[in-house]
Amino acid sequence: MKLLPHQLPPSQVPFGASIADLESVARNLRYQAIQMSHQAGTPHLGSVLSCIDIVVAAYWRVLRVDPTRPSAPTRDRFILSKGHAAPALYAALAARGFFPDSWLDTFGQHRADLAEQPAPNCAAGVELATGSLGHGLPVGAGFALSARIQHLNYRTLVVMSDGECNEGSVWEAAMFAAGKQLGRLDVVIDYNKWQATGRSDEVLALASLSDKWRAFGWEAVEIDGHDIGAITRELTRETSDVGRPKAIIAHTVKGKGVPFMEDDNNWHYRVPTAAEVTSAAAFLLATAPLPAACAAEAETLAGTHAS
Amino acid sequence: MRNAFAHEITQLAQQDERIVLLSGDIGNRLFDEFKAKCPGRFHNCGVAEANMIGVAAGLAMNGLRPVCYTIAPFVTYRCMEQIRVDVCYHHVPVTIVGTGAGLAYASLGGTHHSCEDIGMLRLLPGLTVMAPGDAHEVRGCVRSVLKQDRPAYIRIGKKGEDVVHASTPAIEVGKSLVLTPPGQVTLLSTGNMLPAASATAALLAAQAISCGVVSLPCVKPLDTARLEEVFATSRVVATLEEHSILGGLGGSVAEWLSEQPSAHGRLLRFGTADEFYHETGEQEHAREHFGLGPERMAARIRAALNRP
Repeated sequence: MKLLPHQLPPSQVPFGASIADLESVARNLRYQAIQMSHQAGTPHLGSVLSCIDIVVAAYWRVLRVDPTRPSAPTRDRFILSKGHAAPALYAALAARGFFPDSWLDTFGQHRADLAEQPAPNCAAGVELATGSLGHGLPVGAGFALSARIQHLNYRTLVVMSDGECNEGSVWEAAMFAAGKQLGRLDVVIDYNKWQATGRSDEVLALASLSDKWRAFGWEAVEIDGHDIGAITRELTRETSDVGRPKAIIAHTVKGKGVPFMEDDNNWHYRVPTAAEVTSAAAFLLATAPLPAACAAEAETLAGTHAS
Repeated sequence: MRNAFAHEITQLAQQDERIVLLSGDIGNRLFDEFKAKCPGRFHNCGVAEANMIGVAAGLAMNGLRPVCYTIAPFVTYRCMEQIRVDVCYHHVPVTIVGTGAGLAYASLGGTHHSCEDIGMLRLLPGLTVMAPGDAHEVRGCVRSVLKQDRPAYIRIGKKGEDVVHASTPAIEVGKSLVLTPPGQVTLLSTGNMLPAASATAALLAAQAISCGVVSLPCVKPLDTARLEEVFATSRVVATLEEHSILGGLGGSVAEWLSEQPSAHGRLLRFGTADEFYHETGEQEHAREHFGLGPERMAARIRAALNRP
């Protein structure tokens, strides 16, 4: 997959890099996901783009994972419960070195390594096959309980969609995790306000999400889900009660980063044309701070115009 | 049967630290010994079976050997998709134990009956399906499934069932047990129908009809080598199960038989009809309703033998 010009390739941005560098990673991951959708003809792009910053914060700031030891018992566990956003996860894992970048090029093709939604053991770093909603949290609770039984210290992070909170199994798992005091389990809800056919607050009575999680015994916070610094702070903050699991309600925009996709639910199913991919790249690049050389060039140009 | 299960799992868990017991808010006192001997490895998951299966899959993916226990219809129908996706799609060693299976809880009404569970679960790729015939077979089944690295479903009865075996037989996944060698008639029994199979065979023997009894504690994989032998020997082969005649042992045997070019025996299926049991009654009444008493089964078999 092509990368944006004047941006550090995501694979060269180390764990713990600056927010500015991680924003650049997010721009490139968005660009790669848009190309994957175009090339493979796959839907759900809006849902992919809304969770990119969450995935970047997790893989570049929070999760203790090692691509050379992807099955290490001590590793942190990440579950993308909203499996339809798989390109976000795949692009992040490729950049972090879990598998070659070239795997992204064949995404979704017949017999490719990476399917439209994650299959069991399809690639290093993919912890769970997802796609049917409401499965990630119960299994994640099992991961967290395993850590306790086996005296391991890893954390489990589950990323869910807001529409996914329609599933009863989510709330069964929420009660279980609070009841068993699985304090090393975190949930991030990519609250982009849309589900497949309508506003998520209108399809069912979803609001108030944070009140719901609190009522189920969790610590709940609401943040800007596109603020990588804020996501990192919440994911690394210990809860006041160590046995209390944490739900982070991340307010996001479906289709984030590309103005003509933002908050337009047609992009739940639409696939971008080649022209739209090019246009999306220009929009993504326009949000980037100009690199030093370009900035100097721009200043010179501006000076020329002034005189 | 459930006491045999509780005792056996407690024994096995003391030898294997990977075994974790999850319960759907039943059998509290039943597992007191397990809780005392295996601290931290019993978890009551509440009345939330979908989550229990997901949690079990999460445990199994991390090297543990979870066993999920609750009433058969709730640990199967209620969480069918979790069994399919979390357990079978990932092919992880979760053991699901359904207690009070079939008509064991007849008096509690149709919500508590499970006469479709074998049929539903045996459709799932890679899932072993077992239905032990008495308390001894329960022990043998639990031992055998926990030795393998695969998902399994074991449907057991409740308590106080008649015991047929004198001791715990060695049970292998995919293998049947011959109690009496095939005769003019052979009864293929699965689950808690085994004592009724023995009684039916005795009735036939008293009328000079030789009758074999084969117990199939494992419905999937099916012991087709045994079926070949039985259908080559017996004129009438009857399947017995406290389960619908659709999709269970009878259904499995019928599927297999339909592709056998020269089977000698004819098949009779004893089980529940394609209907719910709506009467108020105990297990014995429900069995009688579906023609599963030894006298009525023996009569149907005699009639089949007498037909040209």
